[in-house]
Amino acid sequence: MATVHVARTTAASRAGVGVALLVVAALSAVPWVGDAGLMRAIIEFIALLVLAQMWNLLAGYAGLVSIGQQAYVGLGGYALIVLADDAGVNPFLAVPLAGLVAAALALPTAALVFRFRDAYFAVGTWAVAEVYRLLVANTDALGRGTGRTLKAVFPLARETRELVTYAIALAVGVAALVAVYLYLRSRRGLGLMAIRDSEPASASLGVDVLRTKLAVYMVAAFGTGTTGALLYLNLLRISPDAAFSINWTAYTIFIVVIGGLGTLEGPIVGTLVFFLLRQLLADYGAWYMILLGALAVVAMMRYPQGLWGLVAERWDLQFFPVQRRVQRRG
Amino acid sequence: MAWLDTVLQGVLLGGLYALFATGLSVIFGVMRLVNLAHGDFSILAAFLAVVFVQRLALNPLVGLVLVVPIMAALGWWLQRLVLNRLLGRGIVPAVLVTFGLSIVIQNGLLETFSADSRRLNPGGIETASVALGGGLAVGVFPLLTFAVAVLLLVGLHLVIGRTAIGRAFRAASDDGATAALMGIDRDRLYALAMALSLAIVAIAGIFLGIRTTFAFSSGPDRLLFAFEAVIIGGLGSLWGTLVGGVMLGVAQTLGARLSPGWGVLTGHLVFLAILVVRPAGLFAKSRRVD
Amino acid sequence: MTLLSVRNLSAFYGDFQALFGVSLDAAEGETVAVIGANGAGKTTFLRALAGALPAPRDAVAFAGQPVGGWPAHARVDLGIVLVPEGRKIFPSLSVRENLEIGAYRRRAGPWTLERVYGLFPVLSERRDQPGTNLSGGEQQMLAIGRGLMANPRLLLVDEISLGLAPVVVKHLYEVLAGLHREGTTLLVVEQDISQVLTVAQRVYCFRKGSVALEGVPRHLTREQISAAYFGA
Repeated sequence: MATVHVARTTAASRAGVGVALLVVAALSAVPWVGDAGLMRAIIEFIALLVLAQMWNLLAGYAGLVSIGQQAYVGLGGYALIVLADDAGVNPFLAVPLAGLVAAALALPTAALVFRFRDAYFAVGTWAVAEVYRLLVANTDALGRGTGRTLKAVFPLARETRELVTYAIALAVGVAALVAVYLYLRSRRGLGLMAIRDSEPASASLGVDVLRTKLAVYMVAAFGTGTTGALLYLNLLRISPDAAFSINWTAYTIFIVVIGGLGTLEGPIVGTLVFFLLRQLLADYGAWYMILLGALAVVAMMRYPQGLWGLVAERWDLQFFPVQRRVQRRG
Repeated sequence: MAWLDTVLQGVLLGGLYALFATGLSVIFGVMRLVNLAHGDFSILAAFLAVVFVQRLALNPLVGLVLVVPIMAALGWWLQRLVLNRLLGRGIVPAVLVTFGLSIVIQNGLLETFSADSRRLNPGGIETASVALGGGLAVGVFPLLTFAVAVLLLVGLHLVIGRTAIGRAFRAASDDGATAALMGIDRDRLYALAMALSLAIVAIAGIFLGIRTTFAFSSGPDRLLFAFEAVIIGGLGSLWGTLVGGVMLGVAQTLGARLSPGWGVLTGHLVFLAILVVRPAGLFAKSRRVD
Repeated sequence: MTLLSVRNLSAFYGDFQALFGVSLDAAEGETVAVIGANGAGKTTFLRALAGALPAPRDAVAFAGQPVGGWPAHARVDLGIVLVPEGRKIFPSLSVRENLEIGAYRRRAGPWTLERVYGLFPVLSERRDQPGTNLSGGEQQMLAIGRGLMANPRLLLVDEISLGLAPVVVKHLYEVLAGLHREGTTLLVVEQDISQVLTVAQRVYCFRKGSVALEGVPRHLTREQISAAYFGA
């Protein structure tokens, strides 16, 4: 009698883990061989990658298409400043704490926006982000429209600050990817994908739809907020228009759509493409964004599985598989 | 008395918001689509008017006659070539594609017209005012805008309620698959709805451009206000969008009176408050919010 | 003359195959019954004929013309009209408007609003009420009336007896018999065979997506039909 075996890894996935370890090792070596400019670019890369993974978790897995995640970028950034400058917290420790602040604020936000579905949910999240932006821009203590500067790091030597920021960026990047990967492979992750595929069906099977969505929303807010704090730890200067800009969402949408919605590898590919395009089109001003938008439109229409999806289908490849394969043995 | 004046201004501003909201409402009602580039199309129309005013030395209100058909045609083809392909694929593609369009339009306007603010000048009507007695006066143009909004709503009400095409819109909104079995070509019906939506939003954009300055990035706020007006009024109710627009307008003008930076924010807060109390809006057709 | 000719029609819902190479003919003016148990593919078959489900171009021919690839709205122009399962009355339209939308393509023919009111007086009484305010039987009359407003050459009728009292069903079948006398071609799908076999000249029995039996009702025995219906 044939036995059935549920397989979680493939040869490619085992290779994938190997490649990932190599990449992390290489990145760790950069401070010794690279310059500050390269380190800043890598920090930005990681930040966008994590933002994309968070958005992917929401939209690609939980079916929550939010165009208001910039709220948490801004909230994370401002929380960093307030914690570090006003509350005297160690600025590096303040990065994950800022993420917690963002996650805490995600709860009342969800109470509002979860009343909507689909496209109206999307616009609702945007409206809320605008409210946060305007509230901050009208608050004296937060610097109103001109914003604030992170002063708590001034006592440190520049090289030290840059090195620690880089280390935090690496830690955040690895932690985020590992956490998302493990979550999706877990039972809860399976529940999440069931919700994405069919809410009523999954609810009838005992998946607590609301709690799961809320949990994912708060986790995404935590990840996004932490990234926001990281970004402004790197940039040092924050203002409401920049921190709460819709561009954060535009970039992440581009990255996820081009790379592949609903896969873990997709955002990695997408971020690479994003950076490549930015280098190539650096001198062309707004054409860069026009091309980005046009590519996203075309990708969504013709190639919804994204670049990575095309590759994965062609060669049946998955480096970070979250599915389970049922195999017959015997 | 000054407060009454503020409220009155808010009501008339609501007429402009109702114009924006109606365009959004039409397409959501018929095909459950939210066009995230809605506001950007209105700004595109305003810039088109700028071009006609400059090249042909036209009054922008006359330029309307040229811009509206162009935008309607744009809506028709956009729906037929792009958005109709996304039907039946769920909400994610439509949201993302229209979002991408929003980015493309904004940056296209930036490249073409630079970041400078513009304003449309209709030759004096925008500063004229009418005295209402008791020391109250209202601007002629805001009054005109409100009147146009009401006329449009009346027209839509009649078309949707009394004509064959109106029945087709309502049937398609109820049950698209069965509407097709009645012989309704949904491809063309949706294209018509989008053409109508963009025509309305073109009018809104030009009226906006006469009333205030605008720039390439002015679109997203218009979408937000339109969205808020629709939600406050309640999905599925045409006249609700007028009420929603008025409430939003009044909230904004009162808020701005309290403190200049608080106008828009007050509008957002009122919107959110109504959302908490009545998620389906004030006059929704049903209690659902989907 | 053969009005409808179906050859080797297969239909799928995604990966799931619901019809397996079905062939069927209907002559002009005939009433053909399609019977079978739940899930036999009868509704799928009608939907494929009406264009609600994709079908290969040559699988369906109407008045000699291959219409398999045609979209639903274009088939109404030819006179292929479906009275759908579950009635599918439009809630936002009144009774009168539901009838009027049936005439959307404005095909020429004898059916008008007044004529439908004559056939179903209750619809006239309730003409301004929302279509879904009617009882089940009345909604079924409305659905049939709506279909007639399109002046059909081929009327596809899907399970009109579902959930209705026998006396109501009897009335509806008298209406169908009347349509037959006027020369309308009917393709009637039913689970309950007692009524439909009295009006049909020919019957096809579906089982699991294929034709299990075909013949003239009065020439077929109970046992034959039962065997085809349930499987021997």
